[in-house]
Formats: sequence, structure tokens, C-alpha cells
Amino acid sequence: MSTITAQSVYSGERVQGRHAQILHGCSRVSERKTQVPAPFEYERAKSIEHALELLAQLGPDARLLAGGHSLLPMMKLRLATPAHVIDIDALAGELGYIRVVTLTTSSGTPELRIGAMTRHRDLLESRLLAEKLTIFTDAERVIADPVVRNRGTIGGALCQADPSEDLSAVCAAVGAKMVIRGLDAERVLEMPEFHIGPYRTAVGSAEMLVEIRIPLTGQQGSAYEKVDRRAGDWAVAAAGASMQLGGGRIERAGIALAAVGADITSTEAEQLLLGERPSDALLSTAARTAAQYTRPVTDQRGSAEYKRHVAGVLVERALRTAIARALGEQT
Amino acid sequence: MLVTVSVNDREYTRDLEPRMLLVHFLRDELGLTGTHWGCDTSNCGVCVVLMDGDPVKSCTVLAATAEGHQIRTVEGLEIGDVLDPVQEGFVEEHGLQCGFCTPGMLMTARALLDRQFALVAADSQVTERLTDDEIREAISGQICRCTGYTTIVRSIRWAEEHPRRQEGDRDGSAIEG
Repeated sequence: MSTITAQSVYSGERVQGRHAQILHGCSRVSERKTQVPAPFEYERAKSIEHALELLAQLGPDARLLAGGHSLLPMMKLRLATPAHVIDIDALAGELGYIRVVTLTTSSGTPELRIGAMTRHRDLLESRLLAEKLTIFTDAERVIADPVVRNRGTIGGALCQADPSEDLSAVCAAVGAKMVIRGLDAERVLEMPEFHIGPYRTAVGSAEMLVEIRIPLTGQQGSAYEKVDRRAGDWAVAAAGASMQLGGGRIERAGIALAAVGADITSTEAEQLLLGERPSDALLSTAARTAAQYTRPVTDQRGSAEYKRHVAGVLVERALRTAIARALGEQT
Repeated sequence: MLVTVSVNDREYTRDLEPRMLLVHFLRDELGLTGTHWGCDTSNCGVCVVLMDGDPVKSCTVLAATAEGHQIRTVEGLEIGDVLDPVQEGFVEEHGLQCGFCTPGMLMTARALLDRQFALVAADSQVTERLTDDEIREAISGQICRCTGYTTIVRSIRWAEEHPRRQEGDRDGSAIEG
């Protein structure tokens, strides 16, 4: 009987025996090009402090690995080649939560706080979010697929800062604040300061995003609308809207778009709405304005012209639903 | 680095490169080739295994990350010589043709039913069956190019209607139907 040998995809070594039989006969690794990350050193963080110490010690070539569904695909494509990967999987309990905190110090506005390791699935299934910040529920229904949502985390998605990423738009629309922790200090940034964009955030090399805070005001409604080519795909265009009403007028307006080259919030459209009574004409005008300030690019997902049109339609839909929800109407 | 992973209730320790993905660990290190390896990009879902009971795409999880978690693969479904109800369901309702997506589909189906049975067991008021939409949603991260999904939905429905007897049920999650 001749000896079977095969080549390991990882080490490149030729291997023999049972291992080779498996490689050769079953998965045919030796004959197939595969996507694996470039080599790296691996560390496992046991706590937030431990992760921060490792980041400080290992320097800017270290990356945190949360759910892995943004970073690992980037590493397979060699678009990310960190020398060190710090696995924070063990922090999923400590940083996985969705809760309301009533502040005693400032204005007394309650805040909804989401731990950075909260998984997409938990965001989707949260009754608290469905009731108070429905925009999250809307968005989570159309982010990837249920199996991916079991692993991917909100912190991972926000720190990836992909221009088509949905939760960045959601957080920008609702005026979320990002809590970034370093070894010695913690800072709290608004989304426009946090999200520098494409694939860049304000999180320093020895810091990590630990929490997302969203102010909860009385008469608030929010919604997310997305068009994709197939279920679970990245957006062709997507729009989030969050409206706060008071005395029949719009007291706070948040509009944010994904995938169409818009600024992190659509400031010009938001300004049009502030202090006004919501009407069909007003919402249409705001939607047109938001679309006007986009800079989409023509690619396999559609022409720039088409995407700009879709963006306007989606902003208008999101605004109408957000207003209806703020008014307590069934949507 | 030395990594210890629990797969189908058995602990395996191997000396691995940190970059080794869970799917390759299962197939190439442990010889558990029931878990298939497809697109490499977390799109197709043929590599789905259960991690602490939840379906995950094992091409997008490091083997090292799996340490400390319970991994269950398609090889862990059969107990003794008795097929799991989801496996029987796929036989009874022709839930496969080429079989490439089947291990992933089976694992997602198992997790879906475990969850549903746990819900029913936890609340005596709940007697609701899964809807076709819920089944379709659960498997929506996995691609089948043979069946058009209709027979897969029927297969999972069959398994829901024929739960494993509690006696000898390893995880105790299924209840007598």
C-alpha cells in the first residue's frame, strides 16, 4: 500500500498518515485555494482591564477580536493583517447587556445602555429595544442572517466602520454616545466624532469601545429602511430616522444614511425639520434634501443616480414611520 | 499553541496555529468531515455547527476561540444507532438531493427545535408550533441549490412532530410529542 501524502494549507508542510488521508481524500485541501488569515500571535483577554493591558503592551499592530464576523473576513482577504489578535470572546458576558439607566446627575433623562459585546441576535430579540428604539429592531431584521447574528456584535460592527454598515447609521440617527475606555481614562464621544469613516474610528490603539448610550426621551419614534439585492446583503442604500416630538413639533431630528456616501448624519435635512410640525410636504422636502447631500458611487449594486433616488425614498419612509411611532400609531 | 476544544462531548487537545479556523480544525485535525467547507466567506452556511447550542458558521470562528465552548457537529446528532429526529425528517421528507448543505441545515434545525421545545417546556401556556416562516427564517443563512427549500421546511416540520423520546435523550431538550 503506497503512502498518501498531502500538503497542509496552514503550515505548507507535507504530512503523511491518517492526517494526510483526511486532507487528501476528504477535503482535498492540497488541491484547493483557500482563504485563511495571515499568521498572527494570539492572546485571550480575561477581563476589560486585561484586554486594555494587552493592547497597551502589544502596540498598534494588535487588534481586538469580538464576534469575528467583520475582522476575520477582512483578515482572510488580507485587508487586515494584525500581528497580534486579542480575543475578547470571554468578555461577552460582562459586555453583553441592554438596560435602562436613570441618571441622577444631569437632566434626569433616562439612558439606554448597550454593552459593546451584545450580539446582533440579542439586539433583534430585545423587547426593550422593540418598544423604545424600534430602529434597532428594524435594522437587525435585515443585517446578514440569523447564524451570523449569533456571533456578530454591535461593538465589532461599529468599530469596523464599514460605509455600508447599518448600526453606524442607526446609532448616528438616535444620537448615540460611544464610551471608549483606555487604561487610565474613559471618554464619551458623539457618533460624528467617533465614526471617522471608511474603516476608521476615533478609538485609539490602546483603547476599546465598551458601551453605547442612547438618551431616551418621552415622545420618541424611530425607524430603519434598507434596500438590498438579496436578503442579508449589504445595503444598496439604507436610511435611519429618529424623531422626538414635543407639543406637536419636532424637537430633535436624527437622519442617517448608509452605503450612499453621506456624512454620518444628514445635518441639512435635520435642520429643516427642527421646530416644525410634521407634515407630508415637510417630510418629502427633508428626504429630498438628505438625498441631495449623498455622494453614492456606481458599482455592482447600482448606479449613483439610482442609489440617490433610493436614498430619498428610504429617508421619506423612515421619517413617516418614525413620526407615526412617536405619535403611538401602529406601524 | 495548545488548544482544547469540546466536540460532541469529547475534549480534544491539539497544537495549532492560532489562525486555524474551526471548520478546518474539525475536518483536518479531528477528521470530522461531516461538517462541510464551502464558500469561506460566511455566506453559504454549509459549515454550520452548534456552539453552546447556537448555530455558528465555523469558517468564521477561530478554533482557538472555541476553547471553553461546547461544539456539536452533525456526527453528534445520532445516538447509538438511532438517528436524530431531524435526520429522520430529512429522510422521510426528501430534505436533500446532493447533500452538500445538509449537515449545516440539520444543525440549524436541531437548534431551532431545541429552542422551541424549551419554550414550550418552560411555559405550559405555550403550545404553538413553529410557523413555516419561522423555519424559513432560521435557515435563511444557508444555501441549498437542490431542493428549493420546500422539502427542507417539511423535513424540519416532520422532526418537530416526531420529537425524540425523553428516555435516552442526552440533552433533555426534546419532549414526548
